[in-house]
Formats: sequence, structure tokens, C-alpha cells
Amino acid sequence: MQSFIAALLNSLDIALLLFVIAVGLNIIFGVLNVINFAHGALYMLGAYFAYTAMGLLGLSFWLALVVAPLLVAVVAVAIERLMLRTVYDRHITDSLLLTFALLLIIDESVRMIWGPSIQVVNPPALLAGTVSVFGVNYPLYGLFVIAVGLAMMLGLWLLFTRTRLGRIVRAAALDREMAQTLGINVPLVITGVFAFGAWIAAVGGVVAAPMRAIGPAMGEKIIIESFIVVVIGGLGSFPGTLLGALVLGGIHGFGGRFLPEINLVLPYIGMALVLLLKPQGLMGKGASA
Amino acid sequence: MTTRLLIAGLLALVLAALFLLPYGVSYFYIFVATEILIMGLFAASFNLVFGYTGMLSFGHAAFFGMGSYTTAMLLLHLQVPLVWTLLAAMLTSMLLAAVIGFFCVRLNEVYFAMLTLAFGMMVFSVAHQWRSVTNGSDGITGFPLTEFGLGLDLQLANPLVYYYVVLVVVVLAAALLYLVTRSPFGLILKAISENPERVAFCGLNERRFRLIAFIVAGLFAGLAGGLFAPFNRVASPDMIHWSHSAEAVLMTILGGSAYFLGPFFGAMVFVLLETWITSYTDHWMLVLGIILALMVMFFRRGILGTVLDRVLRR
Repeated sequence: MQSFIAALLNSLDIALLLFVIAVGLNIIFGVLNVINFAHGALYMLGAYFAYTAMGLLGLSFWLALVVAPLLVAVVAVAIERLMLRTVYDRHITDSLLLTFALLLIIDESVRMIWGPSIQVVNPPALLAGTVSVFGVNYPLYGLFVIAVGLAMMLGLWLLFTRTRLGRIVRAAALDREMAQTLGINVPLVITGVFAFGAWIAAVGGVVAAPMRAIGPAMGEKIIIESFIVVVIGGLGSFPGTLLGALVLGGIHGFGGRFLPEINLVLPYIGMALVLLLKPQGLMGKGASA
Repeated sequence: MTTRLLIAGLLALVLAALFLLPYGVSYFYIFVATEILIMGLFAASFNLVFGYTGMLSFGHAAFFGMGSYTTAMLLLHLQVPLVWTLLAAMLTSMLLAAVIGFFCVRLNEVYFAMLTLAFGMMVFSVAHQWRSVTNGSDGITGFPLTEFGLGLDLQLANPLVYYYVVLVVVVLAAALLYLVTRSPFGLILKAISENPERVAFCGLNERRFRLIAFIVAGLFAGLAGGLFAPFNRVASPDMIHWSHSAEAVLMTILGGSAYFLGPFFGAMVFVLLETWITSYTDHWMLVLGIILALMVMFFRRGILGTVLDRVLRR
């Protein structure tokens, strides 16, 4: 029972962090119609910015949580304005190629600036230590990650269903030309959405930093897992993203504990099963070839 | 017609130059030329999927790696003649491509790009962590390179001999791949890249054609990988990593994806640039990314592509 609860909490930890990353990927795809291969790299950039802000500049974790994602958003604005904008009117392949090139650029820049070794960020004093949950000692910081994920989920839901800004973004996602005709500044919305998606990824990166070690391979790991999440859940679906994240979180949390030998390929087996039985994803709408 | 003759003449000239190359250049450049030929075949096999069929794969290195490991392991454990290990490399990478392709061609190009990257990294993780079989991140080394097979007495360990082996194998494979692109099958692939709905309306099972293209591409990538392991003297997980798939992408974009020889030309530019730039900096991947981004934004037809566009007035 105890190991079940520990596995459950661990699964939720992984799942909600994955949700935060995959939902940003999904929002960007919804509006820009671009799969951002550099999304994991932006997540990693968030973690490294926070590391430098805390180590070199001596900021607190909380201040780093505010500053680092904003810096990443600024980088994202530059990326969208200078690079992505040049290929929107071309075939979708070109935007995939471009974000892939960005992945190479950011990954190698991180290696160049911070080196290939692994860095450690300590959790803030407020969140250090463990608490007892149903008789299981669990790191307090893990519960904080779960809370951030839930808050992000609620915030996004409110933003997209309850605010004027959310409606504008959804209008631009549905039909760019119509939105433009109705007086919405669509290019600005596109830049804003890309920056917002990057900001979400970076928040995920900062929050993940004290829980996992920071290293130059963290971006590629999370982007592959986010892809598995959106394939399982279905591209373009918020509930699907959550479901996919929970499934993958469960695979890691429980698989790691009970089936360690095949834990490595378990996510791929799950993804392959979904592709066989329900190719659009568990909650996806049309994407057939 | 005259331009066609001109191109055929140029091609003959290039082949003659490749054949005579060892008489004119230093030992170092024989290594470079060997690498260019192998990587050219790798990129050309990628382009069968990308340029010809219109599917952007970010996991093509998985098949290259499969070929490398197959060759290295057969040489290490069974000391099989090289020609049989190459055939085995083609077979194993073809099977891997059949399994991965089966899942990847089911949905649209966005999914295809994501899935190829994900499955490619699955193969990488397996090679990286299944230590008892793959020897982890160290890879497979120390395999003997004895005979070629088919009754030919070749000193494969001599780089000059190995260059000629690679030259002959790559030219034969490229000719075969070219015939595939010019066959009715190849024309259907071209049609799929231009308008998949229309191909489907013509009563063709386009998903099956895309799968076959993916498998054929995997087979040739496996052959390239099989040639690479004895050349490199190691089969390691790096060859499977997505950054290695990125090299095939960049070589193809550099040369131009619209022409058959584009990837080979791109491989030449790429390997020469790599040799030159890595003598100044370790961060070659950064340069690679910047070149790829600039090429996609401003020079999408590629170097050879732009030249041939002019000559053929497309």
C-alpha cells in the first residue's frame, strides 16, 4: 500500500510537469500550426536561466521563477519575429525544419555556455524536507510541483474560456483571415502565443530544476515525452493532453517501481498501442493523412 | 537534350575523378572522401522519404545505426566476410524500418515528424542502455576486419582499399536508388508528395506506398551504416542520436532536395565544412543549426539545386 501511494504521488509529479510542457506545445500548434521541436530546449533554457540567476546573481528561487521565464519569453519573441515569421506562407515542412534547427542551436549553445556537466539547484527553504502523506514520507517539493501543475491547468482553463483575450486567441486559431477581418491583430496574437507557450515551458523548467538535475540532455528528454503525450492524448485537445500526461506519468511512476527492466520502452509501447487502436489519440480530432 | 548530355558528361567526369582521387590527394583526404561517399548515401536514402515522398523524418539515423551495429557485431562475434555483413545490415535496418514505419505513416506529416524523432530516440536509448548486448555508450569496438568475401583478396584494413570498396558499393547503391526514383513506383511517390488526396482518389493505397518508401530508405541507410562501422572502427549510440539524423537533413537541404544528386553534393560540402570548422571549435552542432536555419529561410533549393534550376531552366 505504501509503495502504491508513493508510486501514485510520483506519477502525478511527472504527469503534471509533462502536462505543463505538452500543453504549451499544443497551444503553439493550435495557433501557429507549427510543432515546436525546440520546445524542450526552451524548457531547458528556463532551468539554466534560473540556475544562473540564483547562483551568479544570488536571486531567491521565487524571484528566479519570475525572471527566468520572462527572459525565455523575450527570446521566443525574437525567434518568432526573426525566424518563424519568414516561413508561415510556405509548406508546413519548412517550419518543422526551422524549429528543428533551433533545437540544434539552443542545445549546443547551452552546452557551450554552461558546459556538459550536471548542475544542481536546491529547493527553497520553505519547500525543503519531507511530509507524511497517508503514511508515506514524500518530498514537500514534489507536492509543490503537483500544485503548480494544477494551478497552471486551472489558470489556462479560465484564460481560454472566461476571458476576452482567450476568445481572441481561439478565434485566431480557428480562422486567421476571419479574425483579421474582425479587427484582431493576428500577427501580434501569433507572436504573443509563441512567447506565452515558451513562457509556460520555461516555468516548467524552473519548477523542474530543484526536482531533477539540470543537464544539457534535459530538453531532448522532455520533448520526446511531450510528443508521446500529445500522440497518446491527441494533438489539439486540452483534455487529451492531460489524459496523455497522466498515462505517461503513470507508466513512469508505476513502471519504474514494478517493471524496471522494460521501463525504458514502456512509453513507446503505450504510444504504439494508441496508434494501432485509436490513431487520432484518445481524445484527438481528425489528423489523418 | 544537350543539357542532359552535358550532365551525363559531368557525371562521368566526377566518377573518373573519384576513381583517380587517391593518385592526387594526401592520405587525409582519402578518409574525407570515404566519409563523403558514405554520408552521401545516407542523405540520399533520407531524401527518398523527404524530397521524393514529402515526409520529413527526424529519426533516419536509427537505420544507419542499426546497420552499423549489425556489421560491427557480426564482425566481432562471427568474423563473417564483409559483403555478408553488409547484406545483413540492409536486412536488419529494413526490418526496423518496417516496424517503425508501420506506426509512422498512419497520420499526417506533423505526426510523422514527431513519431520518427520519438521512435529514433527509442532505438538510441536501447543502444545506450542495453549494455550486455550493445556495450552502452562505449559502443562496439575492436572487431577484426579480415576478408571481403566473394573470393576477392582485399586488404580491407588499408584505407586506400577500403575507399575503393566504398566507392564501388556506394555507386552501385546510388544507381539502384536512382532507378527506384525513376520507376513507376518512384513517380507515384513524387505524386504523393505533391497531392496525396489525388493519389488516393486514383485508387492507390498511398499509405502503403509511403511505408514501402520508408522501408527502402531504411535499407539504404542501413547499408551506409554498415559501411561506416568498419571505416570508423566503432559502432556507437551517437550514430543513432537525433543530431545524427539532423546531419542527413542538413546535407539534403545544403545540396537541394529536388534533385537526386543534391544530397551527395550536400554531403561533400557538409563533411568538408565539418573537417574545417571542427579544427577551430568543438561546437560544430551550433554552426550546423545556424546553417540549417539560414538555408531553410533564404536558400531552400540548396546549392546544387539552385545551379541545376538555372541550367535546366525550371
